[in-house]
Amino acid sequence: MITGMGGHMTLFLIVTLNGLTLAALYFLAASGFSLIFGLMRTVNMAHGALLLLGGYVGYSVVDTTGSWALGVLSGGLAAAFAGAIVQAGVLGWMQGDELRQTLASIAISIIMADLMLWYWGGLTYQVELPEALSGGQRLPVLGVGYANIRLALMVFALVTGLALWFLIQRTRLGAVIRAGVDDQDMLRALGFPINRIFILVFALGGLLAGMAGVIAASALSIAPGTDLQFLLSSLVVVIVGGMGSVGGAALGALLVGLAEQYGLAYAPTYGAVFTFAIMVVVLAVRPQGLLGRAEK
Amino acid sequence: MNTFKTAVSAIALFAVAGTASAADIKVGVISILEGAFAALGQDGIRGAELAVQEVGGKVDGSSIEVITMSSDASPDSAVNAARKLIEQDGVDLIVGPLSGSEGLALRDLSKSYPGVTFINGSSAAQDTTLRDSSENFFRFGGDGAQWMVGVGNYAYDELGYKSVAVIAEDYSFPYTQVLGFMAEFCSAGGKVPEKFWTPIGNKDYSSVVYSIPQDVDAIFVALGGADAVNFLTQYNQAGGDKPIIGGSITIDQSILDSKGPFKELLIGAPAGTPTVSDYDGEEWAAFAASYTDAFPDGFSAPSIFAHHYYMAAKAAMLALDEVDADLSNDQAAFRDALTDLTFVTPTGGMMRLDENRNGIVDNFVTEVFEREDGSLGNRVVKVIRDVDQLLGQDKETFLAAGPVSRDNPSCP
Repeated sequence: MITGMGGHMTLFLIVTLNGLTLAALYFLAASGFSLIFGLMRTVNMAHGALLLLGGYVGYSVVDTTGSWALGVLSGGLAAAFAGAIVQAGVLGWMQGDELRQTLASIAISIIMADLMLWYWGGLTYQVELPEALSGGQRLPVLGVGYANIRLALMVFALVTGLALWFLIQRTRLGAVIRAGVDDQDMLRALGFPINRIFILVFALGGLLAGMAGVIAASALSIAPGTDLQFLLSSLVVVIVGGMGSVGGAALGALLVGLAEQYGLAYAPTYGAVFTFAIMVVVLAVRPQGLLGRAEK
Repeated sequence: MNTFKTAVSAIALFAVAGTASAADIKVGVISILEGAFAALGQDGIRGAELAVQEVGGKVDGSSIEVITMSSDASPDSAVNAARKLIEQDGVDLIVGPLSGSEGLALRDLSKSYPGVTFINGSSAAQDTTLRDSSENFFRFGGDGAQWMVGVGNYAYDELGYKSVAVIAEDYSFPYTQVLGFMAEFCSAGGKVPEKFWTPIGNKDYSSVVYSIPQDVDAIFVALGGADAVNFLTQYNQAGGDKPIIGGSITIDQSILDSKGPFKELLIGAPAGTPTVSDYDGEEWAAFAASYTDAFPDGFSAPSIFAHHYYMAAKAAMLALDEVDADLSNDQAAFRDALTDLTFVTPTGGMMRLDENRNGIVDNFVTEVFEREDGSLGNRVVKVIRDVDQLLGQDKETFLAAGPVSRDNPSCP
């Protein structure tokens, strides 16, 4: 805690740190969304529901086994599995018809949200943190307490970002994904099993969303409605940063996270406006997003 | 094929119309069944259903049908829900809504539907009944300020807090709650140097956490549902150690039943509320038992929302019984019966309405304690009977202070 008097600089730095850690969470949530869009041009509106599913499953697993790492993993896997089913069972039928896919994914998200409300009820859940991550650190220089989990968030985001970058830039699968972004028809003509790749990418997006869900449930909390909040933040993040680029998602998350925290600290009532103001400016000046490539 | 389709649709239409006219009296219940308040809203529905179940779904031979609609805490969603209930389902009464600003919106809407009686659920903004009240809008319960009566004095006199920071959601109900707290606390001599108003559904409170001045004695937290959980968690994680004073829905049973390590912070926290889950009054024990019987999957005790929706629906059942379920003449007799109604509430007090059709209620100052099984409950520190909407003040002076807002009242 900071004294009201003479703490302005410290407050500013703390708020900046808060912005960075929130950005890390937004990045984790948005990266899968961006990945799916990048390859398949599918705006997956069920992304938030996958995230919430991961969070709930993670909660249940941590509650039974007591292992947080296992919870994150199983939350991710559950959402990956659900994502694969969504692509294989529904969206795969309408490949190439983006509008229909978007509408169908909205329907899926509503159905999933209701099923989750039915199963887990409307209570607010929080995942119990492992010893090492619970509690706080005394920050050097600033001299205030800061939650460990928020510091860990930045590490998670960094690791995830690097892993994604490595996957996309340095592996054969990544090469196929990048080729798919550029020319799907050619990839298909060359004999790549594009439907299977799509399902795999969807599962990967689900995995990222599900893990983000468990982490969100640990650092903040999850409840019905969390799905829409993260869907909205993911949409804004990728619109600002540019769809389908890992760097864009990171930059977008950074801008949105910082704007939200500065807003909350210095103009609480109008906090939400800043985020959307950024989106409006980006759309007006650079509609493809800051790091996005213009459609050919 | 086309004839077949037409026939099927016609049958479907008749089937729908057929079921719709089966009940004699239709009660529309509006509550929040989505988003952050979903768990609370669900409990409100339970309360209304319980009151109807108690009369066996029938009053004087007229069957009662309950139709529920969800709103999302926004005024326009409540208005849409009410319009749908009135125009498509043809309800006679509306019980609801849950949240403060929704109540203000339905109060306004009720003026354009003089043939329908509106009985407030748990919405507790002050001006729903105080200023610009509506002839067919009733509230068998208090407003947010009535729900805080006793806490300001308790914090100042008993706990010795001289300076308190406020963190609350930015809409009419928390404004009213803050008024209820500050009315006593400020006139006792306490100071409120800073108030933080945050948007509903805010997830990340960390920047507010770090802005709380170090020299206050306690924090008054008037946040509901997931918002309260998020704030308390983050305050806890940042090493926050100021004592908490709770608003009426900050320390409701639904929050105490939520999962997570933040709850330790709440043990010992005082709050103002019209509903105490562990109240040992005789009427309350009976009410809680019938709640648990009817809804084994509900909370461990009725929440403030179940309690208030119950009182609203119960008032409707009692008044219907009094007029032999006669709603003719634009429900005139029924409304007179509602206006003059008195009944014993689950908290043991005598419910009656003031001239603005707002309830005169019991209020509790409570404290969170840990039960033997490790779960948390509220226990009663003080009961204050017969709290009216003017908080016992003179009407002229009270109204002259102006409507509540972010800046009113103020005592920095």
